[in-house]
Amino acid sequence: MREGTFQDAQNFGLTKVEFEDIKTRLEKTPNFLELAIFSVMWSEHCSYKSSRMVLKNFPTQGPAVIQGPGENAGVVDIGDGYTAIFKVESHNHPSAIEPYQGAATGVGGIIRDVFTMGARPILSLDPLFFGHPNDPHNRSLLEGVVAGISGYGNCVGVPNAGGELHFDKSYTINPLVNVFCLGIAKKEEIRYARASEPGDIVMLIGARTGRDGIHGATFASDVLSKESEEKRSAVQVGDPFLEKLLIEATLELIEKDLVEGVQDLGAAGLTSSSVEMAGRGDMGLVLNIDAVPKRAENMTAYEVMLSESQERMLVICKPDRVESVSQILTKWELESAVVGEVTADGLLTVIEKGEIVATIPIPHLTKGAPCYKMETSRPNLEERRREPHGFQVPSWDYANLVKKMASSFNGCSREWVWHQYDTTLLTNTVIPPSLGPGIVRVKGTDTLLAIKSDAKPRHCYLNPFGGGQATICEAARNLWAAGFTPLAVSDCLNFGNPTNPEIYYEFEQSVLGMCDALRALNIPVISGNVSFYNESPSGAIKPTPVVVMVGKARAGKINKPDFQNTGDVIVLLGETLSELGGSALFEMLTGETFGTPPMIRINAEVSLSKTLLAATGEGIIRSATDLSEGGLAQALVECVCNSGLGAQIALKATGIHITEQLFSESNARALVTVSPDCVSRLTEICAQNETQIRILGVVGGRTLSVTGSFDIPVQELKELYDNSLRKVMDEQGL
Amino acid sequence: MKVGVVIFPGSNCDMDALWTTGAVKHHESFPIWHQSQDLNGAELIILPGGFSYGDYLRTGAIAKFSPVMEKVIAHANSGGLVLGICNGFQILTESGLLPGALLRNDTLKFESRWVELSVETTRTKFTKNLSKGDVLNIPIAHGDGRYYIDNIGLDSLISHDQIVFRYKGRNPNGSVHAIAGICNREGNVLGMMPHPERAGEDVLGSSDGLKILL
Repeated sequence: MREGTFQDAQNFGLTKVEFEDIKTRLEKTPNFLELAIFSVMWSEHCSYKSSRMVLKNFPTQGPAVIQGPGENAGVVDIGDGYTAIFKVESHNHPSAIEPYQGAATGVGGIIRDVFTMGARPILSLDPLFFGHPNDPHNRSLLEGVVAGISGYGNCVGVPNAGGELHFDKSYTINPLVNVFCLGIAKKEEIRYARASEPGDIVMLIGARTGRDGIHGATFASDVLSKESEEKRSAVQVGDPFLEKLLIEATLELIEKDLVEGVQDLGAAGLTSSSVEMAGRGDMGLVLNIDAVPKRAENMTAYEVMLSESQERMLVICKPDRVESVSQILTKWELESAVVGEVTADGLLTVIEKGEIVATIPIPHLTKGAPCYKMETSRPNLEERRREPHGFQVPSWDYANLVKKMASSFNGCSREWVWHQYDTTLLTNTVIPPSLGPGIVRVKGTDTLLAIKSDAKPRHCYLNPFGGGQATICEAARNLWAAGFTPLAVSDCLNFGNPTNPEIYYEFEQSVLGMCDALRALNIPVISGNVSFYNESPSGAIKPTPVVVMVGKARAGKINKPDFQNTGDVIVLLGETLSELGGSALFEMLTGETFGTPPMIRINAEVSLSKTLLAATGEGIIRSATDLSEGGLAQALVECVCNSGLGAQIALKATGIHITEQLFSESNARALVTVSPDCVSRLTEICAQNETQIRILGVVGGRTLSVTGSFDIPVQELKELYDNSLRKVMDEQGL
Repeated sequence: MKVGVVIFPGSNCDMDALWTTGAVKHHESFPIWHQSQDLNGAELIILPGGFSYGDYLRTGAIAKFSPVMEKVIAHANSGGLVLGICNGFQILTESGLLPGALLRNDTLKFESRWVELSVETTRTKFTKNLSKGDVLNIPIAHGDGRYYIDNIGLDSLISHDQIVFRYKGRNPNGSVHAIAGICNREGNVLGMMPHPERAGEDVLGSSDGLKILL
């Protein structure tokens, strides 16, 4: 094996300093393979070298937490001997250049992260961010990504709870495709990705190793450019059928207690999976390249170690279990091979044709990977917030504003996406994708789980810290409205190039804002992922930290989001302030994001949570949904269009202008309906918890009417809301 | 009743069929592996939904060659009950137990939604406790659910009273005559695209599926 050169190091994305660091650590010049292994393990994607310092701030402890960040997925206790195991991560760059396979392999990867831990995956969810669909390029990306998620997820047999779909021009060229999966396991079925006993056998199971996806992790750690198109070969191709077999085989291996540790092969393939397993158990590992089942002849050790071929798993078992493991794999028509052994020497040793071709002390690749304190510089946020010249807040023609918002791409129905996802498979779905969280039951218990993803990119752009707080508060509010108590979150932090100090400021402040709200609400982070370098030649994306929050409730004690009965009283909980800054209204009118975004009032959020959970517990709520983008107007539109029931509203003079009453995006609010005889009880509960309550009107009639402002037939509104996205996607062509 | 649910590689509704016929409906339900040559005395055989063998060639096209299918066909030919759901319906048409074929949805997209089915005949064991014109609320989830048969075949289906379910209201996939499910002439083999096993409990949105799961 020839010596690695600085030129190789550069090609692999390493800096001069890092190359010198490797030489010093090894006390020699690494050979070509060793250098390649260093480069993928030290890539941003695998090492989190630019983010680790900031991520340390997340609260990760809590009474329900069984496993926090650091494993393939986090684990929380949900009672009755069961656990929920979940994680969200990104597949942005692959999806930008090969949308179908990029999204499909994202779904496959996150599902593997979950069943690797011994859990049966029961729910997926996919937060998506795209440029405006009027642009045919954005349409073709969205079309491909949704088809990829649908094609893979439906076949592998994991139902989907929807997730965000947000449009903003900053995601043109560089869309965000985040993928989430949740699984359920009994406590004793949990398996960790650790090698902890010398002499244990390392087996590779599932697909053969091919030349696809080499250096995918490095590709994910760079900015998209014109040359990215040439890196399409760094995107892997998924096979959901094979993954389905792999799920069943892996869960059978675990059920029969045949394996000590399991790890899926994701970014950086065999290299990262073997190194991470050995690293977690402070062990070493010998890998024999010749024993790896290959798809092509004459594959080099370099290709085998770096391939990102999908649907592969590494399992560690006792020597006397190898035969039983292979039998189960054979039953599922899958291949398996003994490829190595756990050692006590702490070294990664790679053998090819009987010769050692790489030896690296594992701690250099894991705990000892570089960790940088990045430079930060506050962007000119005042400039971002400044109103465009000549802009005037509209104060009339509300009917048109409401109709325009109902048909806007950020305001209209997402059914075009959701109908492509299997949502009823596995007979757990209590509430399919809708305005609120996805809700599933846990068989064998009376526990329900709610899953909601949220992101506030416009808010984070104008005020990163406040946007981070708002992201957490909004997700929590969605769960409270449905009657659920938050258990934990997983986060996916999508940002631009971290070596730009202004981007890093956005990253750091957003995370600190999230931490602040998480601490105040007592919600731990149990898993997550960072995706940097989300930029195109026209600039960075808006800062987009995504959170997926999981909550718990008892069967029967939950609320639906949209109107349920004619005659129910519509009330607004929480205080509306003059807060149009950064609103969906402004963006709809100007195409720009500006203004001072709404304040975060954690105490008001806590009060609201108590009110909502108490009222839900007493069974007096007929429906509840949180207020967010588009404010009260949008919440009314959504409740009317999803239920088909009208609403007759009268807004009293409160000192807040009618435009603000309708479109302000003040936090800590929810729209609730109750039967007329429960209004007084709800008022008492609000008084006890110091939540402001205002009666707005009643459900019913053939229009959505706000006295003195607008009166729109339900049918007309529904037509706009239901068909806007479908029309642009299906009728405009690609 | 003894209910056998066949598991092909790539089946993904097998657990649901076992759950709903077993835990919910209290039949004696058990899995049958695709390589098995023994139906273990099952009176009703369910071919569940999913993507058998990945459906990479054509939906249901490979599953019909499974060892178990020989026994399933013999069971059907001797009057035994067979229910094919979604991919199972596709396997039944591929293996010749039911006429016609299932093509790509006319929307060219996967269609996952709750639909209303109208009961068109009560002469099968599956629908004998229902009335003609009854409406069932049951979900669909498929990419290849457009039932196709030529005009002669359609006339024959109608004259032999083989149309069991039709979509009420909007036809979600472009099926001929809005057909959602058909039976063989004898009425012991039923194939349908909607998933009755997913509509077995009110908490999931509907328990109408139980009405046809015997």
